[in-house]
Amino acid sequence: MAYSEKVIDHYSNPRNVGTLDKGSPNVGTGLVGAPECGDVMRLQIQVNPETGVIEDARFKTFGCGSAIASSSLATEWLKGKSVDQALTIDNMDIVEELALPPVKIHCSVLAEDAIRAAINDYRVKQGLEPIAEEKSHH
Amino acid sequence: MVLFLQIRIGLNNMIKLPVYLDNNATTKVDPRVLETMIPFFTEDFGNAASRNHPFGWKAEEAVDYAREQIAALIGANEKEIIFTSGATESNNLALKGVFEMYAEKGKHIITAVTEHKAILDTCKHLEKQGAEITYLHPAENGLLTVAQVEEVIRPDTILVTIMFGNNEIGVLQPIREIAAVCKKHGVLFHSDATQAVGKIPVDVMADNIDLMSFTAHKMYGPKGIGALYVRRKNPRVKVTAQMDGGGHERGMRSGTLNVPGIVGFGKAAELARLEMQTDTNRIIKMRDRLENSLLTLEESYLNGSKEHRLPHTTNISFKYVEGEGLMMAIKDIAVSSGSACTSASLEPSYVLKSLGLDDELAHSSLRFGLSRYTTDEEIDFTIKCVTDAVNRLRDMSPLWEMFKEGIDLKSVQWTEH
Ligand SMILES: Cc1ncc(COP(=O)(O)O)c(C=O)c1O
Repeated sequence: MAYSEKVIDHYSNPRNVGTLDKGSPNVGTGLVGAPECGDVMRLQIQVNPETGVIEDARFKTFGCGSAIASSSLATEWLKGKSVDQALTIDNMDIVEELALPPVKIHCSVLAEDAIRAAINDYRVKQGLEPIAEEKSHH
Repeated sequence: MVLFLQIRIGLNNMIKLPVYLDNNATTKVDPRVLETMIPFFTEDFGNAASRNHPFGWKAEEAVDYAREQIAALIGANEKEIIFTSGATESNNLALKGVFEMYAEKGKHIITAVTEHKAILDTCKHLEKQGAEITYLHPAENGLLTVAQVEEVIRPDTILVTIMFGNNEIGVLQPIREIAAVCKKHGVLFHSDATQAVGKIPVDVMADNIDLMSFTAHKMYGPKGIGALYVRRKNPRVKVTAQMDGGGHERGMRSGTLNVPGIVGFGKAAELARLEMQTDTNRIIKMRDRLENSLLTLEESYLNGSKEHRLPHTTNISFKYVEGEGLMMAIKDIAVSSGSACTSASLEPSYVLKSLGLDDELAHSSLRFGLSRYTTDEEIDFTIKCVTDAVNRLRDMSPLWEMFKEGIDLKSVQWTEH
């Protein structure tokens, strides 16, 4: 399996690995995937409740190099975005940025799912409706 | 690619990267083997079946000599060695050849689920031809018992085929005992001894083996040359040829002999016979050091029996680390993982699964195969590289964090995707 340089870079120097306090009302946590499928991603966002801007994002991923790179890239993109902007991140943007081959597209899908799950967790904590499942994955 | 670079480790010992620890897949040709082969490509290129001139005589003489060297390694008579293209062909010839030759006696064959694909797929083929195959399941440590075999022998059983040493986990079956039971019941016994011959003492007389497959490239010989041992006395075994032609190899395997390959195989066999003990003494120390170091990592597990094992193999699973990510982290070490790459998707090893490992644990396992060329420095490097990789990936793994918090991962509601 040949990995792109960007995948290798994120895999070797992952950005924002870590854990945020999942009990905090300003932190949204998304845990997606399954161990038996070979990837589990946990993505967390910390939102400024005043501005709605994501101030911090962290991940931990059990998975292949592409899964690690997809989640690392997602945290980079999330930081500084508003929650609404974050919802526009599309898995195909990740595929493009990391030059993922077709067999690794599911890694980007998982990252998008993780973003959504984290945002919904945050929304529910804030007393808001979760965003409805929108299955428009490529 | 940055694949081949030199790194400095310890004082002045340079090692070449990647470190090759995949010797169960294939071995480097010993330079002494290569040297004996070269004249048979250039000067002495004759066809061993050419009876009319010195080119042929020379080739035949070399083949005869190699046959003796190979027979000596396994305690056989040289007439009992049938040259093939490798162990895959030997397994095919043994199973299909016995099935056809002994059709009148019956069509039942006994084997095990942990056999190499060259056995299992041949069995599947024979099932389509009407064979009945019993697949034995080894215990969690990979071992079969003699009783398991004896229990399923029937009056129409024509063959029991059980591998000597497993290619993935190195587990050694109780071959001598199983063969004795077969003899008692008058059933032929075949062993795929590809991983064992040249690594541990194998003696077809003492072990009572009727047919045995092995190959040169696992014992520092060239690829594309192997042998099937076919017993000539007590009982006299015959197999139906699967390759028709000029009637070479006592009619059991036609085709012009691969003289350079055979010469190299012979030399490799001789070196193995003479150096096996010293090699093993060194290799087993390095293997044990590697294994013991890696097993000090939390949640790492040895796969297969620790006692009944080939000296150069160890197979270890690292829980909460994903297999592909692990392979990427240790690209400076050439090893096999517990995943068989079938096109795009990764299939967990059927051997590890048969020991009761779940898919995750099978994927996160590494097979290390040492050789006579493995050095202490390479082992030091490997220990450090694998340890760092496992620790780094666990620091990044949500599963490891959950495990450390005492969360039972089986109780978590995972989202399928
Ligand atoms: C146990 C076993 N049997 C058979 C084979 C096939 O050997 P060859 O490559 O010589 O066909 C191998 C090697 O992959 C093996 O490990």
